Amino acid sequence: MLKFLLRRILIMIPQLFILSVLIFTLAKAMPGDALSGQLENAHADPKVIAEQRQKLGLDDPIQVQYIRWINHAIHGDLGMSYTHKIPVTDLIGERLWNTLLLAAATLIVSYAIAIPFGVASGRWTNSWLDKWVTCYTYFTYATPLFIFAILMMFLFSFELNLFPSGGSVDPQAVPGTLNYFISKFTHLVLPTLSGALLATSTTIQFLRNEVIDTKIQDFVATARSKGVPESKVYSRHILRNSFLPIAAFLGYDITGLIGGSVFVESIYSYPGLGQLFLDSIQQRDFTVVSALVMISGFAALLGTLLSDIILSAVDPRIRID
Amino acid sequence: MMRLIEPLNTQPVNSEEKSPSALAILGRELVKDKLAMASIIILILLLSTVYITSLVLNQDQIVKIDLLEINAPPSEDHLLGTDQGGRDIFGQLIIGTRNSFSIGFLITLITGIIGLTVGLIAGYFGGIADNIIMRIIDFVLVLPFLMIVIVCATIVPKFNLWTFIFVMSAFLWTGKARLIRSKTLAERELDYVSASKTLGTPNWKIILREVLPNLSSIIIVNLTLNLAGNIGIESGLSFLGFGLPESTPSLGTLISYAQDADTIQNKWWVWVPASVLILVLMLCINFVGQALKRATDARQRKG
Repeated sequence: MLKFLLRRILIMIPQLFILSVLIFTLAKAMPGDALSGQLENAHADPKVIAEQRQKLGLDDPIQVQYIRWINHAIHGDLGMSYTHKIPVTDLIGERLWNTLLLAAATLIVSYAIAIPFGVASGRWTNSWLDKWVTCYTYFTYATPLFIFAILMMFLFSFELNLFPSGGSVDPQAVPGTLNYFISKFTHLVLPTLSGALLATSTTIQFLRNEVIDTKIQDFVATARSKGVPESKVYSRHILRNSFLPIAAFLGYDITGLIGGSVFVESIYSYPGLGQLFLDSIQQRDFTVVSALVMISGFAALLGTLLSDIILSAVDPRIRID
Repeated sequence: MMRLIEPLNTQPVNSEEKSPSALAILGRELVKDKLAMASIIILILLLSTVYITSLVLNQDQIVKIDLLEINAPPSEDHLLGTDQGGRDIFGQLIIGTRNSFSIGFLITLITGIIGLTVGLIAGYFGGIADNIIMRIIDFVLVLPFLMIVIVCATIVPKFNLWTFIFVMSAFLWTGKARLIRSKTLAERELDYVSASKTLGTPNWKIILREVLPNLSSIIIVNLTLNLAGNIGIESGLSFLGFGLPESTPSLGTLISYAQDADTIQNKWWVWVPASVLILVLMLCINFVGQALKRATDARQRKG
């Protein structure tokens, strides 16, 4: 196991390196550089600009620039935002918690729905419940997130007027009060449900197949013949096998959540990283853009690392030899 | 050199004893599945209407801004009304569906070919090539795909249809390659491959004539489900404004007008038809794909 862990972490080093090179290349291809973010007016004296470029090292060879950039990034300096004139880390820090909150809520709700329904439809195959659940998974699997989010917003926000259509909290609410908390919650409901309801389909299908495959195994028959009550056969014997891979998928989910956050946050104008990304792209604020891509890529790499470790702890066959 | 085993083979194999090919099974199962058949009929009707009508429609006429007819509700002149630029919604729907489907189809085809080639080579030969290819695939799969495509759409000068297809394909072949590779890996260990090798059949012939046909049903299922997914990704990116260039009508662009509070509440004709069209397209393709998937699993076949 220790050997596997070491190998798995070693694999991450070249991955991180390639990721950083890729983002550095993209950042270099983007119009504007560290200097244009600091200049107050665009019509500065060319001589001053040349001096500044020299000072910032923008005329250095590309590999020197890369090493300086990566060195800064490791020390938490991601540059200055071009439009907001504040360090990118500060800008991201403000929004990070909103996105983390939304992602955590989406994950919790989607598993809270998927686990009972997946198990039930696997346990009572071909029952009416199973048929409805299967139908539901077909629809949610096929529906694109952005259409679903728009429909949810139209239905629950504009037609039924149940939940707010945008933002993360009522601007008038005072932090710390109960109202603030309630407002935060109501603003979270629609973005969370939009992401979570669609995310359930793969988990439900996985669990259903898993339960169907497991319930005909010998050890289940043994448990039954010993007189274990049916509910315990499921909770203790069948589900034990299926829950750990489900838990391990959490890490792989991160890539999906990052992509989803771009859509959901832009539709519900939820001030998180996804919306910051789109805004920065529109304002050509490329220091922020490359920082966000780097963070997302890093988060996804960490997520797969986590998943691989959990999976290999559960199932020794997966370990790389 | 005389072949010693020749006499044994003179008796022709009775065609009735031959088990049906994978493709024949897929076809047979599809016909038996009512939902899938209905989906195929809807798809054929929808797509033939779209492709035939788009030949008649004048795209320049449709994308031309008409300030006198902004946000007009459905009327005789404009079957489904107009959008905020006075452009006819019905015409945009037809061209948008054609664009979305064609692009989805092209991307599926390109990624299918790349994924198949890479997957077959990695899976069949194994070794160092396989190791390197898998490292690359694992890496690309982890990348924040959506963000990088959006960045490319912004920084590539003259971002057009072909660059869009290229960027999308550059990322989307990996999932297929991984699937084909794992299936080829399992297939490689089977006796018929060893037998062929012993007889001296060249590797390319084993791959193309023997392994590939055995994977055909899995490939078809995967490509069908991917087609729906790719249409979704294309319209999603156009929805965000980073898909097709603005001058090209797209279903995603029409839906993006719903981000305006007034449009979503009062001007249903702008965004509802496009949403319904995408949903119908994706559901139908998925139903066909799911039916095919069931057909590849002997336990779930209808008979």
